[in-house]
Order: sequence, then C-alpha cells, then structure tokens
Amino acid sequence: MARQGRVEARDRLQWVELNDPLDEIIRIEGGQVLATLIRLTGDIDRAEDALHDALVVAADSWRRDGAPDKPGAWLTTVARNKALDRLRREARRKPKEEEAFRLLTETSTGTDDGSDKRDDRLRLLFTCCHPALSPESQVALALRTICGLTTVDIARVFLVPEPTIGQRISRAKAKIATAHIPYRVPEAHELPDRLRPVLATVYAVFTAGHHAPVGELGARLDLVDEAIRLGRVLVELMPDEAECVGLLALTLATNARRAARTDVQGEIVLLADQDRSLWDTAAIAEAAALVDSVLRRGRPGAYQIQAAIACLHGTAPTYADTDWPQIAELYRLLEMRWPTSVVRVNRAVAVAEVAGPRAGLEVLAELVGTPTERWHLYWSTRADFQRRLGETAAAADSYRHALGCPSNDSDRRFLTRRLAEVEGAEPDTR
Amino acid sequence: MPRYAALIYGTEPTSEAESNSEQWGKIMDAYMHFGEAGGAAGVIGGGEALQPTNTATTIQVSGGAKGGDVVTTDGPFAETKEALGGFYLLDCKDLDEAISWAAQIPGAWLGRVELRPVIDFSGSS
Repeated sequence: MARQGRVEARDRLQWVELNDPLDEIIRIEGGQVLATLIRLTGDIDRAEDALHDALVVAADSWRRDGAPDKPGAWLTTVARNKALDRLRREARRKPKEEEAFRLLTETSTGTDDGSDKRDDRLRLLFTCCHPALSPESQVALALRTICGLTTVDIARVFLVPEPTIGQRISRAKAKIATAHIPYRVPEAHELPDRLRPVLATVYAVFTAGHHAPVGELGARLDLVDEAIRLGRVLVELMPDEAECVGLLALTLATNARRAARTDVQGEIVLLADQDRSLWDTAAIAEAAALVDSVLRRGRPGAYQIQAAIACLHGTAPTYADTDWPQIAELYRLLEMRWPTSVVRVNRAVAVAEVAGPRAGLEVLAELVGTPTERWHLYWSTRADFQRRLGETAAAADSYRHALGCPSNDSDRRFLTRRLAEVEGAEPDTR
Repeated sequence: MPRYAALIYGTEPTSEAESNSEQWGKIMDAYMHFGEAGGAAGVIGGGEALQPTNTATTIQVSGGAKGGDVVTTDGPFAETKEALGGFYLLDCKDLDEAISWAAQIPGAWLGRVELRPVIDFSGSS
C-alpha cells in the first residue's frame, strides 16, 4: 500500500485541473515545456514539480488576465523560476543538484528558442526509449511525459489496470535518475540499435491520437500531429532506415482520412461510408511515394506493410473497388512478423471482404477467451460479421459486449446506434 | 561522476588444465588490454578478479540479528550456471558511457556483464 501511495503522489501532473481554453493550451504546449524543463533540471520528477508549480500560477493568472501570447514560453519561464526556488530551499545540495542549479541559472537570462528547445522532445523520446528500460515502461513513460496523457488514458490504450501503468512509469523514472540514463539523441552509429522502441513509441502516440482513449474520437488529434512531426524528424535523422520511412508513410496515409472519419454531428463514419472526396490526396500521394521508394529496398518490416495497406485504401476509388485480396495477403504477412490480436482483427475484416463474413468469423475464432475480449473493436467486428450473416441475436449480444469494454464517447454512441438497429431487426427468438 | 559496478558473470573453468590452457592466456591478455585502455581513460576506479565458486564460503547468522549462531556452508549462496567471476568499478558520466566501456570487458562476450549504479553516500542528507 505504501508503494501505491508513492506512485499516486508522483503522478502529480494534473493537466485537466484547468478549464478550456487553458486546458487546450496546456495540452498542446505541455509536452514541449516539460521536455525543455527536463533538460534544464536534469530530472523528470524535478521538471514535473516545476511544471506543476507553474500550472498553479497559470490557473490563477491566466483566468484573471487571459493567456499570454506565448503560453509555452511563459510556462517555461515560470517553471524554471519555480525550480530555482525549490533548489534554493534545499540547504545541502548534492552534486547533481548543483549541476541543475548551474544550468537553470545560466539559461534564465537567455531567450532559449534555438535548436536546443526544438530537439528537447526528441531527446526525451530517446531517453524514454532507452534499452535499459522495459518495453512496456518505455511507451508508458513517453505517452505520459511527451504527450501528457494521464495514467488513466494510458491504461485504456494498453488494456491494463491503471496502478500497473503508474508503477511502470514511476519505476522507469527512478531508473533514469538512479542509473543516470542520459538525456540526449544518440550518435549516428548508435541509432539503428536504438530505433525499434522509438518507432513503437511514436506509433503508440499516433494511435492514442488517432483513436482517443477517452472523450470524442478526435479529442487528441494534437498527438497525431506530434507523432507525424516526430516521424519526420526520425526520417531526417535516419533516411536509410526503411522502417522509419514506413512509419511516417503509415501515419500520413492513415491521417489523410481524418476529415471523413466523422460527420458534421461528430458521429463516426465507417470506412465503407466515408466521403472519399474529403480525404487529403496530397498526404496520400506523399505516403504512396514513400512506400514505393522504401519497398524497393526489399526489407519489408511491419510499418512498411501497414503503410502499404493504408495506401491501398487511400488510392481505392470506392470501398467495393478496394484491392481486398492484396490487403488480406498483406495482413497475413504482417501477422507473421507481428502476431498481435489487433492485426488479427484487421485481417478478419479483409478476409470477410474477400470470402464473406463467415470466413471473417473463423479468423476471429482463436481470439475467443483471450484478453482481446476486453477490446471493444474485437466485439464490434464480430458483431458486424454476425449482423451481415443475419444472426441478429448474436450480433446484439456482441454489441453489448463491446459496450462493456472501455472505449471513447464517439465509439459508445456508434455501438449504441448499431445495437438499437440490430435489436430493431431482431426477430422474436422464442 | 556516477560510479557503476560492472559485475562479470560467466561459466567457470572446470579443471586445472582448462585454466592453464592457451585459450585462458588469451583471455588474460584481453583483460590486460581492457585494464590498460580503461586505466588510460581514467574510467576504472577499481576492480578484482575472484577465485572460482568452489573456493567460496557462505556465512549466515541465524535469528535475523547480530550475535546469532553462525551458519557456515561451502559454496556460493545461489547455485546458478553462471557465477560472478569478478568486477570493475567504472567512473562514467552516464549509463551510455558505462555501457560502451562494459561492452569492451572480455566477460561481455565470454559471458555477461551486469551494470549496477553504486550508491553515493557522500552527498546524501
């Protein structure tokens, strides 16, 4: 219980304490500010304390006087001064704190808008993804620090209990501090070895933004933009890494459908029903060109395959005229490299388009009784196959299961609508 | 500057002949080489090679407090395939630097090297 208490106490960054539009500003600027503060203080906890102090001041001052012109710079300055105050109060400082004190004092007069600040989030990304941290911790810590997701949100992304996420984050932070994991972008020759967890994390950031774990579907589109920005920087850093290019293409092609994913009321529109004239053709063309160039190198990894699938969707004139056999085959190849339940569910959708919903259900059969049953899209995919087979009672049951899983508000309204439809069509089973 | 203990684990030579072999000489040369490089860079803050675990004695005082019965047993505390064979103390600016030095210890390719940060009691309040 004592350990639990410490986790709670450490997770003290409450972005949501403020009301709109301050909340919005902090959500967008917070990650950058925190990344810079970590560089200046040399410690994640210290940086979070300072940012927390600054947010308390902001809540009061911004509400009274309105937000400043450059809220990020404002927060950084206030937080830096707060960090200095805290250090001054510590009578006996360790060498490490002396170093933080020196850094904070030195930079407090400068404008600090140069490349240092621009690279801070990249530094933070590589620190969070250091191979000395467990893979689960890497992604959780990155989502927490770079993207400002709460432990509740992260727990929903990974389908694990919230205390587990809190522990992963606090242990990772403790290890970074104790083992002196550096805050820097690795040298060129080290990059390939360090790449895999970084790509996984950027993809997790993208996914959390593309399909927000709480609130409306598009509530965290800022994370999508951040993931694409990080993806571009990574390609710039490592143009020869095919999977880097693959990830960027995947995020671009998927995000290109953004405007068509919801209707004017903010309700979810499925791929089959989307107005394809709303798709960002320039982004799709960029992604397709990237995929073409990278597949020619002959090292197809998981991101390149997914990017190829996203581009096949992006260039299809209609849902019916999509190259489903090739998509099903690509998912099969992907599943060999990346045997996850998410890939399996997506493959089932493609197989159902080629060979009918019964074949789709067969692809899902192995997932029965696995932890995937806590994932709403597994159930809604199942429900859709059953609905198309005319098994309305079973479909209704699956939609009810889907509604019992964690999901965002948009998903819940969609599932509720679909449930009502199949219940309306449900023949009297007695 | 942070200090790390580089704990070297590996399979132990099983016979006298093995420990006198030409191969053993090469390993010793490799360690000498590491010691020179690390010494010249000012990274090595200490270190020892340990006699094999068949010379080990494990002591435990029973009762969970000082003054209890002394229980002495032969051999190491834990029976594992790989034994602690020695260690270095490495003074490095961060974990990445320590990793790059640890990767040059022959034990890293003959067995494994575990890096552990050393607790610094000097500045604690």
